[in-house]
Amino acid sequence: MPEGKLCNRQPVTTLEQLQALLADKGGKQYYEEMNRLEVDDKALWDLVQRTCKSRIRTWLEICTHCGLCAESCFYYLANHKDPTQVPAYKIQSTLGEIIRRKGRVDNAFMQYTMDTVFAKCTCCNRCAIYCPLGIDTGVMASYTRGLLFSQGFTPWEMKIGSGMHRVFRAQMDVTTEDWVDTCQWMAEETSEEWPGLEIPIDRENADILYTVNAREPKHYPEDIAQAAILFHVAGENWTVPSEGWEETSLAMFAGDWEGCRQQVQSVYDAMARLKPKRMVVTECGHAYRATVIEGPYWAGLPTGKTPVETLHYVEWVAEALRTGKLKIDPKRKIKEPVTYQDSCNYIRNGGLAAAARYIMSQIAEDFREMGPSREHNFCCGGGGGLNGIGRYREQRNVGLKVKRDQILATGAKLVVAPCHNCWDAIRDLEEIYRIGIRWSFLKPLLINMIEVPEHLRPAEE
Amino acid sequence: MYEFVTGPLAWLAFAVFFVGNLVRLVRYVRGLDWKLDRVAYGAHPAHGARGALRSILFWLIPFGTHSWRNNPGFTLLVFTLHVGLIFTPLFLLAHNILLEERWGFRLWSMPGWLADTLTIAVLVSAALLVLRRIALPEVRLITSAYDYALIGVAAAPFLSGLIARYAYAQSEFWLIVHVLCGELFLVAIPLTKLSHFVLFFATRAQIGMDFGIKRGGMKSRGLQW
Repeated sequence: MPEGKLCNRQPVTTLEQLQALLADKGGKQYYEEMNRLEVDDKALWDLVQRTCKSRIRTWLEICTHCGLCAESCFYYLANHKDPTQVPAYKIQSTLGEIIRRKGRVDNAFMQYTMDTVFAKCTCCNRCAIYCPLGIDTGVMASYTRGLLFSQGFTPWEMKIGSGMHRVFRAQMDVTTEDWVDTCQWMAEETSEEWPGLEIPIDRENADILYTVNAREPKHYPEDIAQAAILFHVAGENWTVPSEGWEETSLAMFAGDWEGCRQQVQSVYDAMARLKPKRMVVTECGHAYRATVIEGPYWAGLPTGKTPVETLHYVEWVAEALRTGKLKIDPKRKIKEPVTYQDSCNYIRNGGLAAAARYIMSQIAEDFREMGPSREHNFCCGGGGGLNGIGRYREQRNVGLKVKRDQILATGAKLVVAPCHNCWDAIRDLEEIYRIGIRWSFLKPLLINMIEVPEHLRPAEE
Repeated sequence: MYEFVTGPLAWLAFAVFFVGNLVRLVRYVRGLDWKLDRVAYGAHPAHGARGALRSILFWLIPFGTHSWRNNPGFTLLVFTLHVGLIFTPLFLLAHNILLEERWGFRLWSMPGWLADTLTIAVLVSAALLVLRRIALPEVRLITSAYDYALIGVAAAPFLSGLIARYAYAQSEFWLIVHVLCGELFLVAIPLTKLSHFVLFFATRAQIGMDFGIKRGGMKSRGLQW
């Protein structure tokens, strides 16, 4: 069978295709079809020749096989130093082979490659800062995911996720109507307690355009309400767009670059339509990576920057604390030992370690760094889409051990994790390993400790 | 024969070395693509230059980066090897005498004892690095015959040089072997992964610009390598 009904080389572009994939519980039929999916080696090699230029080719060629990348990789550490988990091995035996064989690879090889670049690499890019030659295996694994996607070899959930972006411009089936309704519902409900609170939709020329992760309207609408409370207390002139509100990109995890472009373009279109001064992204790492760090390139913006200046949520919080827009009640600071999960996407790959430290210095009395921390921190174990792929759940769970041990070593029972993937991974590691910790985004913590000006006090107070 | 290997063949080896390395560098830079690499190389020259320089300099300092500090033994071996590989041939008295005879100029020459020390240091560190490749499973798995061969190519001029100097001081044969080994090394640099001789600077600059421009360099004081 050259191509399957569900597992094929075509990206999902219609609701019907999405529904067919979703109806295939666990991807049973999808993976059966994948076993028979033929590799179009000519197209594969053609794509490599068009897109694999000197940066990646040089990395693959001059890697001296010194093995320093081994200990940089949490998968290597979590798997008892299994040599097949060394980043250099993982990429040389996959992308390196595709290039050496000029694209002439078979189905089994493509599945091995998929299993490697999805279940043995979260594209956390930590190896890049430990390699003497600056070789970034995470970048190459991500590139390889793109090659795999073009050939239909992508995990079932990633196919669905990228399809969601193409159909809904969101990682989940949240329509414009759903989103607007959720905002209105949250505004209505929250304003009962916080008189005057609004969630302004499509307000032009606002100081802040606030954008989110689709999980928030879908599963955690209270997160939007919390954001609204904090903006309200800080006195911000803010808005959300009715369209172009989704920052995440499962398409990025899948390697569906056209899907990525379509998704970020919807956000940039919202910027053009509403002309905000700045944009603030919710507490999500990969959303920030996709829309702020990588997005401008997918959209072809030569400056490499978003059309309007963009802040991650931690930058906004740090700024609000510095400028006094948000004031912490010293009595309500976190007293217990607390640690912070540095997200790969906005800390290592986004440079925001200092903002996070400033926030912790303001809200916690006993802040404890993980070891290593900041740009050198380990991935939570759930990055790169791993949290959401059933096929690789076991490998993901093994990978979580490194984070578990890092957290245990701090002695803290509370982990601040302003990133959806980190938050999920830490929740799951507690569920699996039972180490007695709690985890939190910043918003709920801040709401409990900010000083609220008299005129904004909740109605019942 | 000696005249030939130190004359036309030497010219050829140096030509391949210089032109080859230049070609490698030019091809590398020309192959960079802001859209495919997703790095706006040209749009932010100051951040790019800062990122590139930091990325190169910290890695040129022994124990200057987390990775070097985490692996002190390896770091010592790598720096010893590379210092010996680069400085011994450049500042060896015999090379400079030959250089003056043939091309009419010479560089500063190091004392014989230092040259001997560096040569032995190269051989010892190369041998230990080979042993490391064999001993450590994570390195053994990714090491190929090609990697061992290149260590051999790099070490051969030093071993043959010692032999030509001490064991068979009057032997033209060993001198010729030494010269040929040196020429093979020179030619191998641009044609193999020994091209990291120049591409180290290129790839380090690239990743430095990547982090300096795109991945946080504009929002922080720079990545702590």
